[in-house]
Amino acid sequence: MEADDQTSGAMIDEIYANGGDEEKCRRPIISGEQLDVEAYASLYKGHTKILRLLFIADHCENNQTMQLEALRMVYDEIKNGENTQLFREVVQKIDGRLGTNYGMDEAWCDMVDRRAEQKKEKLDNELNAYRTNLIKESIRMGYNDFGDFYYAHGQLADAFKSYVRTRDYCTTSKHIIHMCMSAILVSIEMGQFPHATNYVSKAEQTPEALDPATIAMLRCAAGLANLEAKKYKLAARKFLETGQVLGNNYNEVIAPQDVATYGGLCALATFDRTELKNKVIDNLSFRNFLELVPEVRELINDFYSSHYASCLDYLGNLKANLLLDIHLHDHIETLYDQIRHKALIQYAHPFVTVDLRMMADAFKTSVAGLEKELEALITDNQIQARIDSHNKILYARHADQRNATFQRVLQTGSEFDRDVKSMLLRANLIKHDCNLRQSRRL
Amino acid sequence: MEPMEALVAQIQGLSSNEGDISRLHSILKQADDSLRLDSTRLSAVLSQLEPSKHSLGYLYILEASTSVPMSKEQADMLVPVITRFINSCAAEHIRLAHDKFVSVCKRLKDQVMLLDAPMRGVAPLLTAIRKLQTSTEHLTPLHPEFLLLCLLAKCYKTGLSILEDDVFEFNQPRDLFLYCYYGGMICIGQKRFKKALDLLHNVVTAPMSTINAIAVEAYKKYILVSLIQHGQLSASLPKYTSSVAQRNMKGLCQPYIELANCYSTGKIAELENYVQANREKFENNNNLGLVKQVVLSMSKRNIQRLTQTYLTLSLQDIASIVHLNSPKEAEMHVLQMIQDGEIYAAINQKDGMVRFLEDPEQYKNCEMIEHIDSSIQRIMALSRKLTVMDEQISCDQLYLSKAGRDRQRYDFDDFDSVPQRFNL
Repeated sequence: MEADDQTSGAMIDEIYANGGDEEKCRRPIISGEQLDVEAYASLYKGHTKILRLLFIADHCENNQTMQLEALRMVYDEIKNGENTQLFREVVQKIDGRLGTNYGMDEAWCDMVDRRAEQKKEKLDNELNAYRTNLIKESIRMGYNDFGDFYYAHGQLADAFKSYVRTRDYCTTSKHIIHMCMSAILVSIEMGQFPHATNYVSKAEQTPEALDPATIAMLRCAAGLANLEAKKYKLAARKFLETGQVLGNNYNEVIAPQDVATYGGLCALATFDRTELKNKVIDNLSFRNFLELVPEVRELINDFYSSHYASCLDYLGNLKANLLLDIHLHDHIETLYDQIRHKALIQYAHPFVTVDLRMMADAFKTSVAGLEKELEALITDNQIQARIDSHNKILYARHADQRNATFQRVLQTGSEFDRDVKSMLLRANLIKHDCNLRQSRRL
Repeated sequence: MEPMEALVAQIQGLSSNEGDISRLHSILKQADDSLRLDSTRLSAVLSQLEPSKHSLGYLYILEASTSVPMSKEQADMLVPVITRFINSCAAEHIRLAHDKFVSVCKRLKDQVMLLDAPMRGVAPLLTAIRKLQTSTEHLTPLHPEFLLLCLLAKCYKTGLSILEDDVFEFNQPRDLFLYCYYGGMICIGQKRFKKALDLLHNVVTAPMSTINAIAVEAYKKYILVSLIQHGQLSASLPKYTSSVAQRNMKGLCQPYIELANCYSTGKIAELENYVQANREKFENNNNLGLVKQVVLSMSKRNIQRLTQTYLTLSLQDIASIVHLNSPKEAEMHVLQMIQDGEIYAAINQKDGMVRFLEDPEQYKNCEMIEHIDSSIQRIMALSRKLTVMDEQISCDQLYLSKAGRDRQRYDFDDFDSVPQRFNL
């Protein structure tokens, strides 16, 4: 037993040393780099840019400069659009902190509102005319224009309704795709992800073959919907299937960098080793996405080559920025926990015995903390092992099939015994009751 | 006193063979009312009869003589008389007058209760049950009375002796309910929680058209025992439970359901607070003792969980993980559990470490094989019984007429016009 311990202990030493040495040759990991709001914002366009910036402004209250920077860009962005409601809200948020240039602009608001009123009237008249003439294509265009109009003014529910109404007047699959894409865009912005899934599948069902760019966009939308529904594995699959053609085509929803991050993290949290290798690391098109976010690429490679410490370091550094991401924010804790658990499980898996001190070193944590984490995993039956708390060693435990079978058989037998007996009793009770009622009737 | 003496003579004369006995039985049935009118003078008549020889006649007269309410002194006199009769009477004879015998035994129970000495009734009632029942599967109306006396006299072991038999037949559902309820309590007293759980489960899931107090009380105990035995309570009752029970049970046992929820959080301090806050409710239901056992079982369960996770653990750590006050207390708990065979472990007092071991059972020895073999035999017998029962029911006229009627929506009265195939 003791000799066994020593050899395996030495083995761990060696392996650990392997990882450790290599670590030193690598470039140091840049720690806690602050999010460059401007660079971040330049990745997106349209509403998502505004929403993402607002999200950042709402979630970095302890960082005044970043918050104001984000708000300033939101202000500029909105001025290019027509959403006066949002404009008023943002001005209230800025609260004069950015000087007079970024104050309330009533004149602009009034002008935009007036123009909107006129445009709405015009669209209304046009649509009515089309409807009386019953020209399908024109009605579709009319509703579509209405959708665009509402969308630009931030009335998302109305926009969604108008886009969906065009459905009855679609004549070609191109029209259907257009309708679906608009509906998806609005429903993602509304946070109605089930609708998004719905329209993704509708778009995929069109008889004509879709062009690669559309497919890529649909994959992203489906990935986002699955991510929000906490179906991380499906989300990972969808993001991984996203084609390289996506490029900057879908900037009003998602940037290619996001595909790499979302897909990478979800895959890491849910895939097993072979899947990780086949579908992520060896996936040529996804590799191009990963090149855009080297940190995620590095951490996936680290995870796969079992350099958990550096992998967890990368994750730790990314965390602050990922928390400012509008879609990932709610899921980051769960994903991180799952990744960490997987790392612990994978680390412990090949060994008969593991020295907890070394394992704690590899995971940059204390022995006591590690013990707690392992305890939770063992209780969940995710690691088959037992902890020797005295010598700080983790022993793998191999379930004795024979004993377990005997135990199960005996247990099943006694359960059957009990169930049948109580069933017979119940049957007799029913019979008694039945007889009683019959005798009363007769 | 002519008729009485004639009756005595008939009893004496007609107690030998079977034909005579049945004639005597009809004579006694006719004489029953007049016996009751004369109940005061009957004790004199009893002395002329021999309980072992003239069991049937003795039974009728004894029953009539005890039908009036009596004082403590009279009861004290009568208990030995009934006891002697129960011990010496002939089983075949008394089975003819089933209800009379049951009512005599019930009076014996009332008398010992009146005398505040339930212990005196335990042994006679056990004998009475054995004489009255035709097979061990038969539940007599005396079963619940006997178990009640066992509970009151705290003779749990004696009570267990009849709980070992599996009963299937009964006269009144109420007998079965009470039998299972009292039986459950006796098993709890003997800490045979598994058996107790089975018995209480029978009451709770029994088919019933209206909710009854026995079932409600049984469910309260069921919750507590389930927590002690399994550490959890399944969220819903099984689907074969009657719908009234499924609907109402939870509402009627609210404090117990909440206790179970509290237990599932695994925090001992919270549980203790809850018990303290609702102490009165549990006390009113006479369940406080059991509730205390539930609280105790929680630390046991927590320790048991540790054996799955750890090979060695210091007493200090055990105390802190299980929320015990001191390592000393942890040591006591572990020691107790090792003694009860609930965990396999060794304590090293020198450095205060506990070493958890695996279950030493290897399923290789003769006893285990014998045990498995007997289990197989038992289950085969059970399955045969099931087949027989199934055949019986599928040939049962009442069942078939009901099943046919339900399917066809015919009323029973115009059932005659239904084609013959349902009548079999």
